[in-house]
Amino acid sequence: MWSLFSIELYKISKRPRTYIAFIAITAIVGIFQFAFKADGTNYMNLMLQSVQDTFDLDKTKAINGYFMCYIILNTLLIQVPILVALIAGDAISGEANMGTLRLLLTKPVTRTQVILVKFAASTVYTIMLLIWMAVTALFLSMYIFGVDDMLIFRVKGEESQILQITKDDIMWRYIAAFGYAAVALSVIAALAMFLSIFAENSIGPIIATVCIVIVCTVISNINLPVIDDNVKPYLFTSYLVGWKGFFYIGTNADGEPIKGSLENWPAIRNSLLILFGHIGVLLTASVVVFNKKDILS
Amino acid sequence: MEAVAQISGLTKIFDGKTVVNDLSFTVQKGDVYGFLGQNGAGKSTTIRMLLGLIRPTSGDISIFSHSIQHKLEILKRTGALIERPDMYKYLSAYEHMWIFSKLSGIKPNRDRIMQQLEMVDLHNRSRDKVKTFSQGMKQRLGIAVSLVHDPDLIILDEPTNGLDPQGIADMRHLIKRLSTDHYKTIIISSHLLSEIEQIATRMLIIHKGKKIIEGSVSELLDPADTVVQIDAVNNEMLKNILLSSGYQLVDAENIRIKMNRQSVPELIEKLTREGVLLTGVQARHSLEDYFISLTNQQN
Amino acid sequence: MKNLLFLFFLGFTLPVFAQDINSLVASARKKIDAVNDYEASGRMKTNVTFLKVPVATVSIYFKKPNKLKVKSEKGISFVPKGAVSINMSNILGSDFTVIDGGDDKINGVPVKIARLLPTDENSDVVLSTVYIDPVKNLIMKARTTTRENGTYELEMSYGKFAAFGLPDKIIFSFNTKDYKLPKGVTFDFDDGTKIKASDVKNKKGRAEITFKNYIINKGISDAIFTK
Repeated sequence: MWSLFSIELYKISKRPRTYIAFIAITAIVGIFQFAFKADGTNYMNLMLQSVQDTFDLDKTKAINGYFMCYIILNTLLIQVPILVALIAGDAISGEANMGTLRLLLTKPVTRTQVILVKFAASTVYTIMLLIWMAVTALFLSMYIFGVDDMLIFRVKGEESQILQITKDDIMWRYIAAFGYAAVALSVIAALAMFLSIFAENSIGPIIATVCIVIVCTVISNINLPVIDDNVKPYLFTSYLVGWKGFFYIGTNADGEPIKGSLENWPAIRNSLLILFGHIGVLLTASVVVFNKKDILS
Repeated sequence: MEAVAQISGLTKIFDGKTVVNDLSFTVQKGDVYGFLGQNGAGKSTTIRMLLGLIRPTSGDISIFSHSIQHKLEILKRTGALIERPDMYKYLSAYEHMWIFSKLSGIKPNRDRIMQQLEMVDLHNRSRDKVKTFSQGMKQRLGIAVSLVHDPDLIILDEPTNGLDPQGIADMRHLIKRLSTDHYKTIIISSHLLSEIEQIATRMLIIHKGKKIIEGSVSELLDPADTVVQIDAVNNEMLKNILLSSGYQLVDAENIRIKMNRQSVPELIEKLTREGVLLTGVQARHSLEDYFISLTNQQN
Repeated sequence: MKNLLFLFFLGFTLPVFAQDINSLVASARKKIDAVNDYEASGRMKTNVTFLKVPVATVSIYFKKPNKLKVKSEKGISFVPKGAVSINMSNILGSDFTVIDGGDDKINGVPVKIARLLPTDENSDVVLSTVYIDPVKNLIMKARTTTRENGTYELEMSYGKFAAFGLPDKIIFSFNTKDYKLPKGVTFDFDDGTKIKASDVKNKKGRAEITFKNYIINKGISDAIFTK
């Protein structure tokens, strides 16, 4: 099993496609950093629109490395599922397409092993992407923009809020958030791999995964009570942004943030459980379907 | 004799269509077992069932005395190449060998890998990426990959498909060597009788998923059983001479007679002597003749 | 009849009180005028519904006539724009007409109310109301209405620096607009809690500044205020 896993990682590391994602992330992060370095106050002005009349704020301090990473993740974590699908959607179908699937399955390995190992390898790839994002979006931003307290602009229910987290209370939140993102993106990997079982080329499952994610995300973002109550809880995309929960700091009765606290840990925990549930269901389905499947490619 | 593979009552139905129909055969140790049939006759499906890639609808498969339910035990001792895999374009030949050695449960060993690549004449290109390989080279690499763990049984599905004549000749040579020098049991499928005829010791012909005939190649392709088709400018005269010489026409439309292949030169000489202006003589084994008629039917 | 009597009473007593209130304001002003500059360290606790910010450690710099800077010692802080008016010289500095507003009590302490109308018609301040403790000559509370920035309210409590008219603690109340983020920018995680936006569009914000230490009349560079 371990050697099968190392082989999968080796194959992923050898394919040019793998590096597209890393290049894409570097490019997106670089563009963000350049834009904010050049004209970050404009963004701050937009976020602070109605507050500017009442308050003075050192905006250059507010645009710091921690804040940058949050802004970048906010955008990037919507695109990264596509990059994960690019690899995971190819897991089975790509091998079917190259004719190597039958070569692989006529070696003494079980199909269950193949599925589990391919999922594990996709997860490792996802984690590598996240580590790369941490390096570029977080550490590089910290280097370029420095560190300071972090402002979170947030819409909660029908209210908007500005949360401030002191700089010594941020790093653990990022570690937790990246961990959460790894779980969330693993759901995408599991979905893409499941779809990949049914196809004989990788385009289909990749596009299907991306479409599912986009459609569900759009529905998740329709702000209507009917959808909030009846649809959203059942869409996995509603939980993809749960990493943000680690930045929703808990506050006391005076509205003062409590260092080291989370506003709603049970909600984050439940989201995590739901995501793990999705992974479990998709993996089980993949194993069952793949074991029953006649390999005709 | 020791049976390596015993197949009985093998049936596969896809979406209500019977692709393999109650097929039974036995492959003995040391056999080069030819599996002959038209495209779509059910060869590939049968071979994939032997390897556990497709689940039989019914019937039993036993290889090395293991039922197909214990696939891993079978696959440990079996090497397979099905049609033409494109392989991993971004890996080198050496990397393929390394990966599949590990997958087969053996520790990759450089000398051994190079030896195996030499056997398929790829040792000089071992570090090149497969995307630079010709179809024939990929196919040879496929063979090397299937042999990486020194299996007792080798299953090859249409290994010469898509190869140029030189590639076909090389492949044939390789299979013969595996059989005679390395004492492997080989199951090979093809839609070309000529190919099977040159390599196989035993063969089975299937048509529409059903067994037509099975036996040793030498028996089935007995030269005494040859059909000769003769064409001449003066066909009436030819027909008369043949009939008066005691030959029986097997086909009224064309002038075709059954005879021993060895006597064909003698007959040509006799006809020429009697003044028949021959335009063509074609001698085929009756089995081949039958096989071609199946193809024609299909077309 | 009652009203008439009241008016009469008012008319009769006004000059007496006006004299009194004017001198009261003048002496409060005198106390404040003695401070040319100061530097104070303190803590600022902001209390605005949409703002979840920690207590900030701040430095407050003041220089006559009306320069004031609240600087965050570490981290980011939201400083209310009207904070400049926390120094009384901003209110008492310019020329104004004093109107007696009568008596009141703050925390049980009797105070005099003075309404200050700026003589300059273009002044941003429209009206200031100050509540002065006549015994200690200290401004306990002030309400300033401006043209641009709404109404501020200040509540002061004094300690060691009462002699300079400098408070130990100021509660600064101000108007805030409703904070609304542009929709669809944030993609927030919806944890299922339902929060209805309150109907009050203009809400009160409060900043509580506790002063720890004053360094008075030691001179402060102008550069601090421009930064």
